[in-house]
Amino acid sequence: MHGLINKAIQCFVLDTYGCEAWREIAQSAALPVMQFEAMLIYEDALTEQVLDGSARFLDKPRADVLEDIGTYLASHPNVEALRRLLRFGGAHFVEFLYSLDDLHDRARLAVDDLDLPRLTLVRHTENHYSLLCAAAFPGWGHVLVGILRVMADDYGALACLEHCGTNGQTETIDIMLVQTSYARGRAFVLGQQPVLDENNV
Amino acid sequence: MYDCDDMWNTLCPMHLRLDSAGVIVHVGPTLAKLQAGIPFCGQSFHKVFTLLGSHADLPVVDLLARPQVKLSLRLLAGPKLALKGVLVPTPMGAVLNLSFGISIVTAVREYALTGTDFAATDLAMEMLYLVEAKSVAMGESRKLNARLQETTLAAQEEAFTDSLTGLKNRRAMDHIMDQFLASEKVFALMHLDLDRFKLVNDTFGHAAGDHVLQHAALIMLAQTRKEDAVLRVGGDEFILIFPGVTDLETLDAMADRLIRALEKPIESDGRMCKISGSVGITLATDYAVPAASQLLADADTALYAAKNAGGAQHRFFSKL
Repeated sequence: MHGLINKAIQCFVLDTYGCEAWREIAQSAALPVMQFEAMLIYEDALTEQVLDGSARFLDKPRADVLEDIGTYLASHPNVEALRRLLRFGGAHFVEFLYSLDDLHDRARLAVDDLDLPRLTLVRHTENHYSLLCAAAFPGWGHVLVGILRVMADDYGALACLEHCGTNGQTETIDIMLVQTSYARGRAFVLGQQPVLDENNV
Repeated sequence: MYDCDDMWNTLCPMHLRLDSAGVIVHVGPTLAKLQAGIPFCGQSFHKVFTLLGSHADLPVVDLLARPQVKLSLRLLAGPKLALKGVLVPTPMGAVLNLSFGISIVTAVREYALTGTDFAATDLAMEMLYLVEAKSVAMGESRKLNARLQETTLAAQEEAFTDSLTGLKNRRAMDHIMDQFLASEKVFALMHLDLDRFKLVNDTFGHAAGDHVLQHAALIMLAQTRKEDAVLRVGGDEFILIFPGVTDLETLDAMADRLIRALEKPIESDGRMCKISGSVGITLATDYAVPAASQLLADADTALYAAKNAGGAQHRFFSKL
């Protein structure tokens, strides 16, 4: 698994639950390293161990932990750079949803060995969509639910999201748009300098 | 029926139209955002832009006769953005379509542009996305490099340090000697060997021996300057390097001071350990081309001359 993904999990634990929590999870998962490096590649098994360790430590189902990670990635100030990159997807929420089809390739443009899931948006009606998420690693769908929930808020849209299970390697997320301009949303200034997560060194 | 201006504004939001006299008569919506107070419309082209490159200094009307011209230009007002353009003559004058080129990051920041300011087919957003994504990725790589460098330095420091005394060790010696020789600065080299150390070890045990070595190291550090190097290169052997020192008197006094200080009995667990030191000295200035191995061998020869004379004294290689 790419170090960026492992580092994301680590930062989620550190920023949400603190150093002690991370130390315990890392120890219980018998990690060979205490800190993941974003730009190195690790064995897939390590990611599984950390996720299982986190679920055990937080006493939550793994799906909930994954969703929390998604929420964290799209909203925590320490990873603001990521939210900005997501906002490049479009001017409003539906445009953003369609931009997810390109997420896999966009990520590759920036970091060529980062293998994010392949996403496909299916439109049922004007307000009803399904997002299909194909990945070798199960659970991405839950992370996406967390991310989408925050991004809907970010765009000021009101949406109901639900993980509808897995079929083979494809997870399905159901998206019901209640209102596309429900609230003001958060500002996105294109020409702002990217914010690096210096706090996470 | 379509509106021609609307079509142009949508397809090329950064275009402008000139009349045959080179006066700006229409400005696309994104280009209009670059107006600093005074509208571009109605102004002469040269009041707003300056031409760069192969067309610099040419009046724009001269270009209207050509089939199409690739231009490189700069805005005169504001942050003086560099722009790229292509000018196509029309029966009424010309259409000039502009693009930010490489100055896009500055432009977006300075003029608070948004995604809708670019044509839907423009790669501007992808370009901006890439700039940000790359800088985040580079930031992560840079952090990794910094940490690796720190670890390397720490490992190097550890590898070059004698754990008992905290002095530099034999591994560090070649490195330090090379540095001195490469810098072509003058220096003096002392090889110091403790006298009667083996006796202390054999009589009082290794713990006492270790204590004596630590104490001796402290004495040497105390007697030398900050810029001098003190290394433990063997069991009870030390190398001292004195940069900038060339006169024998200073070294004479230094060697005596070191030996006298080492001779003060050292207490270890209630027992008094008595040692002394023998010193061999050589100076880099004595050699036409100083080589590390030669200097060390000569200091060693001088040391053994001091030992053979009964120890507790020093010898200069040049005086043997």
